[in-house]
Amino acid sequence: MRVLRDGRGDMARRFVSPLITLFLSLLLALGAWRFFSWALWHAVWTLPPGSNTDLCRAALGHGACWAVIGEKFRFILFGFYPYAQQWRAALVILCFITLFALSLSQRFWRPSLALIWGSGLVVIAILMWGGVFGLAFVPEDQWGGLPITLLLATLGLAFAFPLAILVALARRAEGLPVIRWLAIAYVELIRGVPLISLLFMASVMLPLFLPNGWNIDKLLRAQLAFVLFAGAYLAEVVRAGLAALPRGQYEGAAALGLSYWQATRLIILPQALRHVIPMLVNTFIGFFKDTSLVLIIGIFDLMTTGRTATMEPAWQGFANEVYLLLAAIYFGFCFTMARISRRLEQRLSAPHHSIEEPA
Amino acid sequence: MTDRAESAVAFIDVHKWYGRVHVLRGISLSVASGERLVICGPSGSGKSTMIRCINRLEHHEKGRIIVEGMELSDDPRALAAIRREVGMVFQSFNLFPHLSVLDNCTLAPIRVRGLSRGEAEDRAMEYLKRVRIPEQARKFPPQLSGGQQQRVAIARALCMQPKIMLFDEPTSALDPEMVREVLDVMIELAESGMTMLCVTHEMGFARRVADRLLFMDRGEIVESGSPQEMFDNPRTERLRGFLNQILHHG
Repeated sequence: MRVLRDGRGDMARRFVSPLITLFLSLLLALGAWRFFSWALWHAVWTLPPGSNTDLCRAALGHGACWAVIGEKFRFILFGFYPYAQQWRAALVILCFITLFALSLSQRFWRPSLALIWGSGLVVIAILMWGGVFGLAFVPEDQWGGLPITLLLATLGLAFAFPLAILVALARRAEGLPVIRWLAIAYVELIRGVPLISLLFMASVMLPLFLPNGWNIDKLLRAQLAFVLFAGAYLAEVVRAGLAALPRGQYEGAAALGLSYWQATRLIILPQALRHVIPMLVNTFIGFFKDTSLVLIIGIFDLMTTGRTATMEPAWQGFANEVYLLLAAIYFGFCFTMARISRRLEQRLSAPHHSIEEPA
Repeated sequence: MTDRAESAVAFIDVHKWYGRVHVLRGISLSVASGERLVICGPSGSGKSTMIRCINRLEHHEKGRIIVEGMELSDDPRALAAIRREVGMVFQSFNLFPHLSVLDNCTLAPIRVRGLSRGEAEDRAMEYLKRVRIPEQARKFPPQLSGGQQQRVAIARALCMQPKIMLFDEPTSALDPEMVREVLDVMIELAESGMTMLCVTHEMGFARRVADRLLFMDRGEIVESGSPQEMFDNPRTERLRGFLNQILHHG
């Protein structure tokens, strides 16, 4: 019996698993083959100038029409930003990428990085709005595409993060019950509501409550909604980090005579935030993609311009190509954030994992 | 009154409750400047709570506590002033793991005392030498052994140049072979004339340095006196039982 059973086990190992491997590999290869055949070999890369989209239509179904991207990429990237001024929006994108790249490099991890970001944002504001240095003024309702996505996400997080820290601290302020309950109410209210309805309220209801004659721009209202939304989620992440710290850290700081804010800034937050970097970045990434929901209040972010580009009758049916481009752009930014997160974790946890022998 | 004015720490009929549990039942105590007090007692007797009241890590609910002439209250300025003068060493060290040993020692002198970085570092190195680990200054606390960490914690507290040092079971979390190195540092400190209040079960240490030994049980000071007379003739049954226990098991 034993011999037989062993023999059967052997059979499974020798024949069945390789078969499964082979089958899955074939399936994968077939999928890849069909994708590349669509995306590369049968693809229409460009259309002759002045022609219509018939060439693409003929390939529809078995070949990608990358011509749509060549035709539409400026609209997808910049939306309704005046065509002649789009170099400014392009520079803004470049500014953002430079700022992200600098943040990725450890050499720039020092307080001056905040200064770099601050001046970067000023440059971005000047480029987007213009009206100074001989740049034509471009109102916000003509902004669109990738700069909008980057602005909403970056400014949203830049303001939501400090807000989240304050809210998380407030939730733990046992001596201040009113502040504590306000913080809890804020987090629970915002978390309990879909982002879409929050955006909708910000864009439709907020103006009703403002005094007559006040008008906050739609983009700013959406930005506010995002800050509130991200703030609530991040606050919970930060709170988790605070809760993970042993009481002794608070007591050690207090016994040395450090004030509450000194202890919080120098002892508590550096440790608490380090513990939750992966969760923070997870929230950042989710939030970056959530900015695409501004589509429902008529702001032309990257996702919206992409959709709009394929709605033109001549280009209908070529949404796949556009969405692939959008996916690649979103992936590029999210992956960068993930990389920054990894580096932060590695660098900040270095002394803990050192295996130096205690002398 | 004169007695109180001269004393480093004075408790006047201090009470504390945790919910319904009455953990400090009318503590009255006066510790003179330069006095070395060792407090012992079974766990749950309120000894840690008592010394943690001195820098208000615990709030007392009734009675008065006066430290270096300043009364503890909700006034944050008085509290800050008192904490500047009172150093504390914890059972669990409570070093800041994200800061180097040197930064652990210079943080409060720079931020609270307003020293320059250079002054603070000189002072830190001086105290790290005194606790015999100057060579570890650039390391991080998790890289050190328990005994080394506790010695850093002592140096960190001393860097504030406090008038009073509180020790809350400083050797209880240490492996036996590391107790000695921490006690040696504490003995040296005691011999330098620092006002010290130590909660500890190290009776050898008490015998050697304590001017006065305090025995607490169930939130009260049951007995106090010189270690010699208390070890030799305990007056109460409770102290006798306690001594029997720790001398046989400690």
